[in-house]
Amino acid sequence: MEFFKYTRTFNFMGKSKLAMVLSVLLVVASYSILFTKGLNYGVDFAGGTVVQIKYDTTAPIDAMRKKLKNDTLFDGSSISEFGSPDEVVIRMKRSSSNVTTDIGDVTRAALKGTGNFEIRRVDIVGPTVGAELKEKGLMSLVLAILGILVYVAFRFEWRFAVASIVALIHDVSIALGAITLVGLDVNLDVLAALLTILGYSLNDTIIVFDRIREGVTNVKNVELKDIINESVTRTLARTTLTSLTTFFVVFTLFMFGGEIIHPFAFTLLVGVVVGTYSSIFVASPILMWFGFNVKHYHAKLAQKTKREAEKQKMRDQFESGMM
Amino acid sequence: MTLFLKLQKIPLQRSTRMKLNYRIVIFALAIVFGVVFSIPSLLQTEGGKKVTLGLDLQGGLHMLLGVKTEEATMSRIKSIAASIKHFAERNDILIDGLTVDATSVKFELLDSDDASKIKEFLSNIEGSKVGVNGAVLSLSLTPKEVLKTKKDAVNQAIETIRNRLDQFGLSEPVVAKQGKEKILVQLAGIKTQEEEQRARELISRAAKLELMAVDEDRNARVYQMGDMDAAEYGDVILSDVKNPKEKYLVREIPILDGGMLTDASMGFDQNNRPLINFKLNAEGAEIFGDFTGRSVGKRLAVVLDGKVYSAPNINERIGGGSGQISGNYTVMEAKDLAIALRSGALLAPIYLMEKRSVGPSLGADSIKASMVALLGGFALVILFMMFYYRLAGVIANIALIANLLILLAVMSLFGATLTLPGMAGIVLTVGMAVDANVIISERIRELIYEGKSMHKAIEDGYANAMRAILDANITTLIASIVLYAYGTGAIKGFAITMSIGIMASMLTAILGTHGIYQMLESTIKKSKNNKLWFGIKG
Repeated sequence: MEFFKYTRTFNFMGKSKLAMVLSVLLVVASYSILFTKGLNYGVDFAGGTVVQIKYDTTAPIDAMRKKLKNDTLFDGSSISEFGSPDEVVIRMKRSSSNVTTDIGDVTRAALKGTGNFEIRRVDIVGPTVGAELKEKGLMSLVLAILGILVYVAFRFEWRFAVASIVALIHDVSIALGAITLVGLDVNLDVLAALLTILGYSLNDTIIVFDRIREGVTNVKNVELKDIINESVTRTLARTTLTSLTTFFVVFTLFMFGGEIIHPFAFTLLVGVVVGTYSSIFVASPILMWFGFNVKHYHAKLAQKTKREAEKQKMRDQFESGMM
Repeated sequence: MTLFLKLQKIPLQRSTRMKLNYRIVIFALAIVFGVVFSIPSLLQTEGGKKVTLGLDLQGGLHMLLGVKTEEATMSRIKSIAASIKHFAERNDILIDGLTVDATSVKFELLDSDDASKIKEFLSNIEGSKVGVNGAVLSLSLTPKEVLKTKKDAVNQAIETIRNRLDQFGLSEPVVAKQGKEKILVQLAGIKTQEEEQRARELISRAAKLELMAVDEDRNARVYQMGDMDAAEYGDVILSDVKNPKEKYLVREIPILDGGMLTDASMGFDQNNRPLINFKLNAEGAEIFGDFTGRSVGKRLAVVLDGKVYSAPNINERIGGGSGQISGNYTVMEAKDLAIALRSGALLAPIYLMEKRSVGPSLGADSIKASMVALLGGFALVILFMMFYYRLAGVIANIALIANLLILLAVMSLFGATLTLPGMAGIVLTVGMAVDANVIISERIRELIYEGKSMHKAIEDGYANAMRAILDANITTLIASIVLYAYGTGAIKGFAITMSIGIMASMLTAILGTHGIYQMLESTIKKSKNNKLWFGIKG
């Protein structure tokens, strides 16, 4: 079976202006959501407490709220359904530092009389740990991008590196916008998903760039636009296929992976779609606009081969002289 | 159906020579490795190394504890102050205004004739610096000593908590230092909230046992006194553990403390109520004997964590160095208290910085859900690859299965922990590992279209695809390594499975499938059926 035949080259770069408008719109929309609504930090980064409770029957949320009102400790806490009607999650801004009796134990005591329940999960993150995780998280994102930038610049050329980083920032921005839009809690797992998007989207970009690199070294072609169009066309089947298989697994994870993995799977789902789009319509056009000059590159390449040939010649002369 | 029929034809064609090559040999060895070392984890056999399930999958308690190290230095300074006072009293040196702050002690010397004597005493106190300002003498701990005291307090807390948990009866508790002053505690296999709370009580209990003399001369006036009044006489006011309103006036400096304890165990009194028997070492027994001999008719307060548990009358000299602590315990509490006493006191109090606790039923649900996702995703990918690439897809699928086996084997061999995000990493590996084969197959298809020979199409296909696959995998690996270095807890598990998955895919998807193609090359050539082998016409 074949999705695409290699009989004709699609003019992707002809659509690049349109794509840019779409990308800019999406990114601007993402940031306006981010700035108006604000990123919803979960306990991992903001500190606080999450208690997950499962009842034998439907969770009596109203009765629970009433009970929690009796204690000022629970001021500002929220109760919401978690996956099924008999399971709920209580989120609190407060954490506690007492080892023996923590806020989870207090919650258990406070909810006595609301029915038969089991506390399945208690996450308490103190303010220092939250701040530390936030700092580390941000650091990991920055470091990952830097590491990738250096590697791509080393393996390709700086313009390729910058183009791929712009595409990555584009992807992460839109993913963050989507997360904020649906109001997901940003926890460590969402951060891991964002880093995975970095890796995944870059994967796609590099496959396309590799083709461009191959096309550029081929002396016959001089128009970068044509090279890019051909490279994107030739990798289109692969891009579609891998995106599909990845989409399959992420989608099953989203559907069947359970409530806890939901934010992670959602972030990836957005990332797979945006990452695929960006490697075709964001990274490649930027390469074009950056004025990557094929003729210059050829000249540089020719010079390099000439230098090496000269070196080899000198080495040969030297060796024959020694004889 | 056509696929099935054509598959049956293959054995007939196999009479053509099938070349063995080094790639297929390495691939076969890798599969054997994968099968052998993943069997213990897959079948849950008795022996053999298995993948450990993370606390989020099997249920358990993860805590990050802080140590209030400043209280360790404070108590160090206080004990230095007490010894200065003791020394001055014994040598008839008059001092005044003895005060302490976080790391130093200060006092005024009333008679300058005693200066050399007290200075000599002060200079013998380890890790401190003496300062003189007129008649005011000060002694401060050196910054190095402060650090050492803090470090000791953390290490001692780790040692103590480990001792206590070892006796608690859970399998393989983890107690480790994290950073400079944090303690990581991980307990697997906790069944209920009650059990978890019990463990936490045991961990955080100070368990500071002191035997103190009741100040019988002034105890009658204890309810009229404040802490300041008591301090004037060298006493402290402590309340009863059962009835906080009941107070005792006891001498500040204890007769002896838990440091001289050699054993503590649970026992029962004549009314069959649980109590704790303790034994003292030789030195403690001697001090205890001397004291009780001198203090017949007076009371002895058994003080634990600053609360008076009992204050029995001393009827006679008590030799042998053993005693009892009675309180209103349940059997469980008495047992835990005995463990805490045996393991020693915590020098500095600990506090909770982070806690993650997962009930076993939630862990089981998570395993079930992620397994469904894994199998579902796996089946979709396998069917899709077979449908799209026919036999090339089958070859890719063999590589994918080998990849998963090797991933599991490596994790088992290194005793890596499988967490819920780790499961997600495996699911993701399934989706992304076929990528290499997609790239290769696309390249081969292209070359076949260009009319290249089968041999050339396969070899050039691999050569052309190699660079892209390597670059793509290395960048993903960079992201995973950063995630591993900066991630915490369960997230590290995700980075581990992703990294191993990527590296295994280079072995299976690149080297392994190449070996298979080389072996089958002449068969493919003979069949002249590109539709069957690569899913294309022509």
